[in-house]
Amino acid sequence: MKILVLISNVPDTTTKVKFTGDNKSFDTTGVQWIINPWDELALTRALELKDAGAVEKITVANVGTKITEPTLRKALAVGADEAIRIDAEPSDAFYVATQLTQVAKDYDLIMAGIESSDYNGSGVGGMLAEMLGINSVSAVSGIEIENGNMTIHRDIDGGSQTLTVPTPLVVVVQKGIAIDPRIPSMRGIMMARKKPLNVVPAVDATPKTTFLNYELPPPKAACKMVDEDNAKELLRLLKEEAKVL
Amino acid sequence: MSVLVYTENWDGKFKKLSYELISFAYAIAKELNLPVTALSIGKVEDDELKSLAKYGASKILKLEDDRFESLDNKALSDAVAKAAQKEDAKVVIIASNNEGKAIAPRVSVELDAGMVTNVVGLPVSIDPFVVKKKVFTQKAFANIQINADVKVLTYAHNSFEVIESPVDITLESFDAEIPDSEFHTKVLDTHKVTGKILLTDADIVVSGGRGMKGPENWGILEELADLLGAGLACSRPVADEGWRPHEEHVGQTGKIIAPNVYMAFGISGAIQHLGGVSSSKYIVAINKDPEAPIFQAADYGIVGDNFKVIPQLIEAAKEMKASE
Ligand SMILES: Cc1cc2nc3c(=O)[nH]c(=O)nc-3n(C[C@H](O)[C@H](O)[C@H](O)COP(=O)(O)OP(=O)(O)OC[C@H]3O[C@@H](n4cnc5c(N)ncnc54)[C@H](O)[C@@H]3O)c2cc1C
Ligand SMILES: Nc1ncnc2c1ncn2[C@@H]1O[C@H](COP(=O)(O)O)[C@@H](O)[C@H]1O
Repeated sequence: MKILVLISNVPDTTTKVKFTGDNKSFDTTGVQWIINPWDELALTRALELKDAGAVEKITVANVGTKITEPTLRKALAVGADEAIRIDAEPSDAFYVATQLTQVAKDYDLIMAGIESSDYNGSGVGGMLAEMLGINSVSAVSGIEIENGNMTIHRDIDGGSQTLTVPTPLVVVVQKGIAIDPRIPSMRGIMMARKKPLNVVPAVDATPKTTFLNYELPPPKAACKMVDEDNAKELLRLLKEEAKVL
Repeated sequence: MSVLVYTENWDGKFKKLSYELISFAYAIAKELNLPVTALSIGKVEDDELKSLAKYGASKILKLEDDRFESLDNKALSDAVAKAAQKEDAKVVIIASNNEGKAIAPRVSVELDAGMVTNVVGLPVSIDPFVVKKKVFTQKAFANIQINADVKVLTYAHNSFEVIESPVDITLESFDAEIPDSEFHTKVLDTHKVTGKILLTDADIVVSGGRGMKGPENWGILEELADLLGAGLACSRPVADEGWRPHEEHVGQTGKIIAPNVYMAFGISGAIQHLGGVSSSKYIVAINKDPEAPIFQAADYGIVGDNFKVIPQLIEAAKEMKASE
């Protein structure tokens, strides 16, 4: 089985969210770029399956400019076999998915994250599946492969399910798919330098959406404090002032 | 032309989310001068379907077909896209929940539409069509313009009120004509959470962190949650320690919730935790450390000991219940 793991390059999740130029762009000064946490877990699960002998090859792919290469190198350093970078600015999910169709055709399993931690788009995985005309499973929290047969666990609204779907398939993964991401070893980092990172030119495509600007949530009013010995007052405030009880 | 809403049902019943979706769709449809059509897949009694008229749905497409019970993403998306084509929908509205996020991207490709997920309110403008969505795990919003003729929106739960706008309704059977060969998903086992309030549905959430000291102390939180009709949540270390099941863990790596009020007991308010709860209308914090970062995010707070505060709240909740 061959797996393609889609990698979105995002700011470290502890980054302070700041904007510049009339809130038109995200302030990248001092930002550390990382593998989107869901993609990192997807890759971790792919590596575990490879270690168990169920997977031959793991490729990672990103649509991005040159600045995403360190992120792809990190994916190679933890164990991916090869990386593909489609050289384009990832302007929206439709555009990104369209780019990925060129490289996604020969895999049994394509793994995407439930969302990028920056734009929270939740779009690319499902769009790519539809463009390829193959099925997809979303909110996937577990994958097992035994004797070449794949079983999938997913969350549904109000519960969870175990199911099978024939490959080729896109799985959109979320929490539970793997527990702890792998940390690259010194040897892994050295080996990553020799692994292929192929750069592919972009195809023509027009995004369907245009990003206009950001807004920060309105500043919170100061927290209204209630005395520890008069805690009942809290419920009164919630009922009569906030009107939420 | 119309605005199409995909309404899921849970064992044949709609939820508040369904009515929020219709209310939201109706408000958009009014601006576009279009009617609202709802698509319902599965077995729902006509009376339940008609309840959607109260919030502005003037037509229901009824697709009763057992094959969709497997929630096959491809077949479901095809059905929604076909309904949208049949109704010549200009806007398709789907919930931002597990099922909605699974199908919306596929539907948007099928309809050659522009999609925005996690939309938090009415369009900022209709022409051009601009909507506001959550980004950076609730830390900010972005305004996005959709350039395609058809728009697919996923609606973020609890970001719009349920509004009554009664209209006349017609029910129409709908057959999406999807061949068996399009259904690939074989469900082996389904586990449904029953008997308690689902965290993602709850209007009130009571949540405990490491400051609850141990699993043996959850009895009082459960009692308080019961009295308030609240769902139960916890911080990640609490789930990691095995004090509570992982399905209760909220935050960046857990569930993202947006209740009317989130009550945090003994939770410090780490950025990863707040990522899952900061869309709550009100945040209440009880923490013995006045410097705990949770107070920066909270609207109401008590600096104090959980074990002194919770019993008082239980008592107050009992009194409140008695006086209702
Ligand atoms: C990549 C990553 C992802 C993460 N994802 C999540 C996530 O999704 N969700 C999540 O919750 N965390 C997440 N975390 C962990 C997060 O950083 C915090 O460590 C965690 O939220 C802390 O949990 P806590 O508030 O329960 O515990 P603590 O930080 O230990 O806080 C306990 C609090 O209880 C108070 N307290 C103690 N005793 C009492 C008492 N008797 N009465 C009242 N108050 C008391 C203390 O003052 C303290 O503020 C993540 C971390 C990382 C690195
Ligand atoms: N620029 C990109 N290149 C490759 N994969 C991406 C890119 N953006 C998003 N993805 C994948 O799609 C998932 C969902 O992203 P999004 O639709 O942006 O929320 C991510 O977790 C990645 O797996």
